[in-house]
Amino acid sequence: MISHLVVQSILAAIMIGFVFNLAALHTWIERKQSALMQDRIGANRAWVVLPWKWAAPINWLLMPINRLGLFHPIADAIKMFMKEDYIPPTGNKFLHTIAPCLSLFFGLIGFAAIPFGNTIGIGGRIINLQVANINVALLYIFAVASMGVYGVVLAGFSSNNNYSTLGGLRASSQMLSYEIAIGLTIMGIVMIYGSLNLQELVRAQGQYLFGWIPMWGLIVQPIGFLLFLAAGIAETKRIPYDAPEGESEIIGYFTEYSGMKFGMFFFADYLETIMIACLATTLFMGGWQVPYLMQSGFEFPWGHIINLAPLTVSGLQILAFVLKVLFFCWLFMAVRWTLPRFRYDQLLRLGWHYMFPIALVNVFVTAVIVLWVMR
Amino acid sequence: MIRTKVIQQPKLSWWEKLYFPEVFRGLALTSKHFFKNLILHFFHSIGLFRRILAAVTIQYPEQKWLLPLRAKTRHRLTQREDGSPRCVACMMCETVCPAKCIYIVAEEHPDPNIEKRPKSFDIDLGKCVFCGFCVEACPEDAIRMDTKIIDTSAYSREAMMLDITELLNPTVGRKA
Repeated sequence: MISHLVVQSILAAIMIGFVFNLAALHTWIERKQSALMQDRIGANRAWVVLPWKWAAPINWLLMPINRLGLFHPIADAIKMFMKEDYIPPTGNKFLHTIAPCLSLFFGLIGFAAIPFGNTIGIGGRIINLQVANINVALLYIFAVASMGVYGVVLAGFSSNNNYSTLGGLRASSQMLSYEIAIGLTIMGIVMIYGSLNLQELVRAQGQYLFGWIPMWGLIVQPIGFLLFLAAGIAETKRIPYDAPEGESEIIGYFTEYSGMKFGMFFFADYLETIMIACLATTLFMGGWQVPYLMQSGFEFPWGHIINLAPLTVSGLQILAFVLKVLFFCWLFMAVRWTLPRFRYDQLLRLGWHYMFPIALVNVFVTAVIVLWVMR
Repeated sequence: MIRTKVIQQPKLSWWEKLYFPEVFRGLALTSKHFFKNLILHFFHSIGLFRRILAAVTIQYPEQKWLLPLRAKTRHRLTQREDGSPRCVACMMCETVCPAKCIYIVAEEHPDPNIEKRPKSFDIDLGKCVFCGFCVEACPEDAIRMDTKIIDTSAYSREAMMLDITELLNPTVGRKA
């Protein structure tokens, strides 16, 4: 029992370490990727250079990090912590303080259900590479994700600022609208693979269509995949769906926040982006599955077999999961720096008039095909 | 009767209304820049293809943009052959200055052919608007704005004052 607890704690530490570091790195990715896309250089002035003569080798080692601007996330964190934490005197102090915590908390606990690898055997113990093996993990994740709207609404409400309140209201109606679309798009996946357990879903994606096409969600649910991406970006409240925030023009829900509380909202945003990237990987890109990689090694459909040690196989699978998540992070960032913001009425019309009906039709068509194949 | 002109909004075709194809076209364009610049930056870091620019950014304090020939920059006082200022303290520039940032104190010149010379000649850069009227007004070509020094900054208002020695020999990168 205790050893089980220890193992799960280690898994949780790994997951949280990965997610937190990736979220902090997202500030760097955002700056550098946008710079590359717009023929700029990007932030590169946060240098750490030690002044002593004997530190020359250390300075030499720090040089690439300096040049890439990788110290900027740390500089950001220092700035966030040093800034004044201002609570509007007419606002509700308790709600104002608890809102960013709620946002961060619900952004974070969803990761418990994401499987980042197959089971591995270490020392006679079989470890499932997933923090919590919940059999309704998908429902759990969406429940947690929709709880995240409380942080946003409370932030807007407790600031006692009309603009913030309007931002919070925009956020809540947007997230509720797209929650429905996103719920329907994954119904197709659930029907095809027949499970709500994410580990089972990923295992089911290891099958092959006609013996050689990996049966990933992307292949069997292309429309569902596109809808999931569109609705998923809406869930993260980033451009093109950033009407709740509207950093520069329409004032958003965290106007009255400063210092680390604002940083927590910022962090929660990045966590949600990573969450959607993890979900897109798990549901549509086969999670930790590598094409043609079985438990004993590669078995290509043309008959070639490469035998690998079980730990190597697990390592490859975890690496595949991380790379897929990074790809989706890159894609979301590219979308964010390509498209302009939707007008608010366009946003809701897209959600209710187009995505919702298309997702509904997708569910019906999938149901018919699944029934026809099963018969 | 109000004249109105109806502006026809361009009609989107069916293909454009699908939205996804156009999103992917936009993504293709930005991704093209992304990967091109990524590869170029990689090559630059190992010292290859430096001629092809990956970014249009000028890293300001290290790299400087070439100023146009006629750019109005920090003032300087021109000198005679013996190194004394050409200025005759006629007060033209002080009078014409719209920001009132020039302060001249005149004194008698030892040479009887020249009437006056400046005892002190101060310009308050904190007030100067770089209009160049002083240069236009000067009858002796004694003040010019061609030092090509643009990074004027100081930590106090007093340090923004330029005195006559500084104006005669402008120093680059002067800091208060």
